[in-house]
Amino acid sequence: MTVELTEIEHPAAEAPVPQDDEGGGRLRWIALGVVVVVWVILGVIFHGKGTQDLPVSQLTAFQEWLNELRNTIEDAKFNGNPIFLPIDWLSEALDWTVTQLQNLFVSDSSRPQGVAQVGWAGVVALAVWVAYALSGLRIAILALAVMLSFGWLGYWEQSIDTLIITGVSVVICVIIGLPTGIWMSRSKRVTSVLTPVLDTMQTMPSFAYLGPLVLIFGIGNPGAVVATLIYALPPLIRISAYGLSTVSPSTVEATTALGSTSTQLMTKVQLPMARRTIIVGLNQTIMAALSMAIIAAFIAGPGLGIPIIDALSVLNVGIAFVSGMCIVFMAIMLDRATSAAGERSEATSRREVNGQRRRLILGISAAVAVVVVAISHNQLRWNVFPDSEWGRRIANWVNDATDTISNSIGQFTRWLSDAFTEVFLNPPFGLDAWFVDAPWWLVSLGILAVAILLGGAGKEATPRLAAAVALGAAAVLMSGYWADSPLDMSWVIYWGAVVALLIGSSAVGGGGALIPTAASISLIFAVGLWNDSMVTLTMTLVATLFVMIFGIVVGVWMGRSRRVDATVRPFLDGLQTLPALVYLVPALAFFPAGRFLAIIAAVLYAAPVAIKITADGVRSVAGPTVEAAQSLGSSRWQMIGKVQLPMSKGSIVLSANQGLLFVLSMVVIGGLVGGGGLGFLVINGFSQREDFGKGLAAGIAITALGIMLDRITVHTAARYGRADTA
Amino acid sequence: MTATVDDVGAAASTDGQSALTVNNLWKVFGPRADKIVGSPEADLSRADLLAQTGCTAAVRDVSFEVSPGEVFVVMGLSGSGKSTLVRCLTRLIEPTAGQVLIDGEDVVSMSDTRLRELRRHHVSMVFQHFGLLPHRKVIDNVGYGLEVRGTSKADRRSRAQEMVDLVGLSGNENAYPDQLSGGMQQRVGLARALAVDPSILLFDEPFSALDPLIRRDMQNEVIRLHHEVGKTMVFITHDLSEALKLGDRILIMRDGALIQMGTPAEVVATPADDYVRDFVSEVPRSHVLTLAWVMRPPRPDEALTGPEMAPDTIVRDAARRVIDAADPVKVVDNGQLLGVVDQDDILRVIVAEETPS
Repeated sequence: MTVELTEIEHPAAEAPVPQDDEGGGRLRWIALGVVVVVWVILGVIFHGKGTQDLPVSQLTAFQEWLNELRNTIEDAKFNGNPIFLPIDWLSEALDWTVTQLQNLFVSDSSRPQGVAQVGWAGVVALAVWVAYALSGLRIAILALAVMLSFGWLGYWEQSIDTLIITGVSVVICVIIGLPTGIWMSRSKRVTSVLTPVLDTMQTMPSFAYLGPLVLIFGIGNPGAVVATLIYALPPLIRISAYGLSTVSPSTVEATTALGSTSTQLMTKVQLPMARRTIIVGLNQTIMAALSMAIIAAFIAGPGLGIPIIDALSVLNVGIAFVSGMCIVFMAIMLDRATSAAGERSEATSRREVNGQRRRLILGISAAVAVVVVAISHNQLRWNVFPDSEWGRRIANWVNDATDTISNSIGQFTRWLSDAFTEVFLNPPFGLDAWFVDAPWWLVSLGILAVAILLGGAGKEATPRLAAAVALGAAAVLMSGYWADSPLDMSWVIYWGAVVALLIGSSAVGGGGALIPTAASISLIFAVGLWNDSMVTLTMTLVATLFVMIFGIVVGVWMGRSRRVDATVRPFLDGLQTLPALVYLVPALAFFPAGRFLAIIAAVLYAAPVAIKITADGVRSVAGPTVEAAQSLGSSRWQMIGKVQLPMSKGSIVLSANQGLLFVLSMVVIGGLVGGGGLGFLVINGFSQREDFGKGLAAGIAITALGIMLDRITVHTAARYGRADTA
Repeated sequence: MTATVDDVGAAASTDGQSALTVNNLWKVFGPRADKIVGSPEADLSRADLLAQTGCTAAVRDVSFEVSPGEVFVVMGLSGSGKSTLVRCLTRLIEPTAGQVLIDGEDVVSMSDTRLRELRRHHVSMVFQHFGLLPHRKVIDNVGYGLEVRGTSKADRRSRAQEMVDLVGLSGNENAYPDQLSGGMQQRVGLARALAVDPSILLFDEPFSALDPLIRRDMQNEVIRLHHEVGKTMVFITHDLSEALKLGDRILIMRDGALIQMGTPAEVVATPADDYVRDFVSEVPRSHVLTLAWVMRPPRPDEALTGPEMAPDTIVRDAARRVIDAADPVKVVDNGQLLGVVDQDDILRVIVAEETPS
């Protein structure tokens, strides 16, 4: 039940209108070659100059300004500034809700109440009952096993905390998302306004959300809930709007002709008919919420994120593994439960004969659950989960095992890591030579040239180019390298100009990759984190290269054989339900901390998406075309090389787009395990108060990188999509 | 289901009593569509109009009347605007200009509430793709129209059950639409339309999605239902034989405009233009033409002693008796001699089918 609706949840699918440039194909490739050669030569000549490396302890004027901004906001909140009253009220409401639920369900010696109103046995009974009622007996058994495993592994309280944060966020998502989805399905104008907003929300790596939320909501429960909810909201809105608007038009017409009011149409026709699709959206929202609820531990959100992040940051594989197991089990439980609920919703509504019996069983089991809840309220042994050694034991086993492994093959993995870093990252051969160790102006111009050649400059290229240059100049002047004093108002003007330019160019339409790329480069420069951004960019590009290799090899294999597809796909679906942080654990077990490790995790995280999109592209190559090529005597490799790959070029570029965005968001998280770059700065910003501004700036740079990579690939895809049909 | 020449005049002249009157109806799709009607552009051909204004006139200046109890067929090829026309009748598509009167009331100027009342009580429609609710049982699909107008559950169940029985689906009321064949699904659509006891039934190519044998069954079903419930019907089809079989009168459309309107016999006997002629060239004329169309004044030497027959007798049905009779058959209406038909007249119709001119 993961990504069946590829085309609607991936923003890139709604590619802009292709540009006009016929016949320039060959010329463009030559130009691209020239750009690369010049870039390399100048890179060698100017090696190490103008790299804009900012020392760890140093802050630019803008970053200082962000620190000041945080202080100002905190002071204003403390003094009861009316502007922040609604936010205060909202924070308090969220905090109150989460705390009440914690008091109800989570025993914690550090809280005043100590024991929960409903003990572990009661929580398990309730969870099993809900799973049974919604998803059936098998899921109820799964829920029982998973819930008990939380306790046995020693993370009962954290697991329930994560479930609470996830649950509260998902409930709010439904309250906001479903009406919004309905609204979008009914109004073209709302759709056209909300689509870019949702695109941006989904393009932004999860880390980039956290900083601004801390600024507004502070750390702790409210920030965690809001971050989770923003991250998890888009799939529900998108998929429910899609489901509702694709309800069979003839049924809508027929029921309209019978005199349905629009409310009757919605409640009796559209919602019931779109129910399964909406549950798919809900499933994705729940999985996204779980992923973010764990990452929210960086901003002091409660739950399983805390032990796994602590363990990862001290490279303790054992503990990371055990808390990771809890997360994986929880993901499996939530995914299976919602998928099964979707499949069952129709079946149960049709089986009215068994309704009586079903109600009876539900009633009796509810009574049992209530009794268990009552017992768990009164008796301590059913309230506080008994101590279990299993978690510690498993952690020790895993640590022993990884020690053994690293003793036997550690030499090899270290060599692999070093060799990889040497070949792909370090100069003179690696990408660092082009990005990290090259002067900023060379890299900027290089990226811009590539963006124009691949993604196009758009209509009326000259004014766009002028705007891009002006933006670049503004960024250079204001970045704080040359200006000494913080220019308070000017920052606001600068950001206003960038945003206005982005919105304006997309409103004018007919744009290419030029303006978004220029704006992104300018932003990265202006926040003063050029060098760190380039470190992240290199890792992203290298990881994406591997994601694409896997994507094409496995994707073509799957696309050509139904059997392979049927075997591999469930595995990929399973991988996709896992929250992002979990991917670091297996990588950490085998490889030393560092950039290579972050790249491995990113490849693991992004490959399933790329593989699935490519496989679907290859599969969708028209049957008659394949048959015709076969009848002309194509060999297998001719078929792949001359028919299937060229015809699925559009999907391959789309998979590159998705691959890049997934990789970027994971590479950033890799900052936790020595990946360096922007991710490290974001994490550091949450732990060191004086570095907050820098972390927030890193979040902006991450967003800018995301927009840049997304726009270049989307516009390239748009042009290639056209080349497909020509 | 009578089909005489006189019916045409009768239908058109019964002003005030007609079940449905359409006056100068237009539907133009495209930018500033409302500016087209009445302007010189309105006279352009469809292609020119599209090229000059970006608009498409799906229905252009169509007028007709349908009398109570009549089966009125609108026929045309795909893209001729017939489906748009029928949707304009209850404003599933908003007409651009013109008048639609149902039981004397103007549909175009109705408020939303009044329009909903009309759809709930007076006019219901059967669709090409059925438009059933997949999550509801047959009985609840049939009862949907009653449900939205607020009928109690018990009442609508019993009414729906009656309708299910009427369309021959007894025993399937608890099935779900996806468990039924296409023909049975369309019976559900038919029952749903009948359940609200409308005065007018609209059919939008209801049988096009069905295979030919089922289609014939369903056509007979409509004929049977028309006899039993006697509703006014407006029937859209692209199938001439269906139009001839069901229609009291036929309206032929092309490119949104009315080309010809008349009884099946009129359309076959006197096609208005080459378009219609081409259409009807394959039709077995003896199955459609009535004696009124083949009779001639008696010659002075002829004995008027043959058997008498009504003018609306179909040629095919009369053939055996005319050929068997020694003298020409007298065509008599209300005791008045209209003309005679002999063997040669009948053979001329039948032979003409074998060698189309």
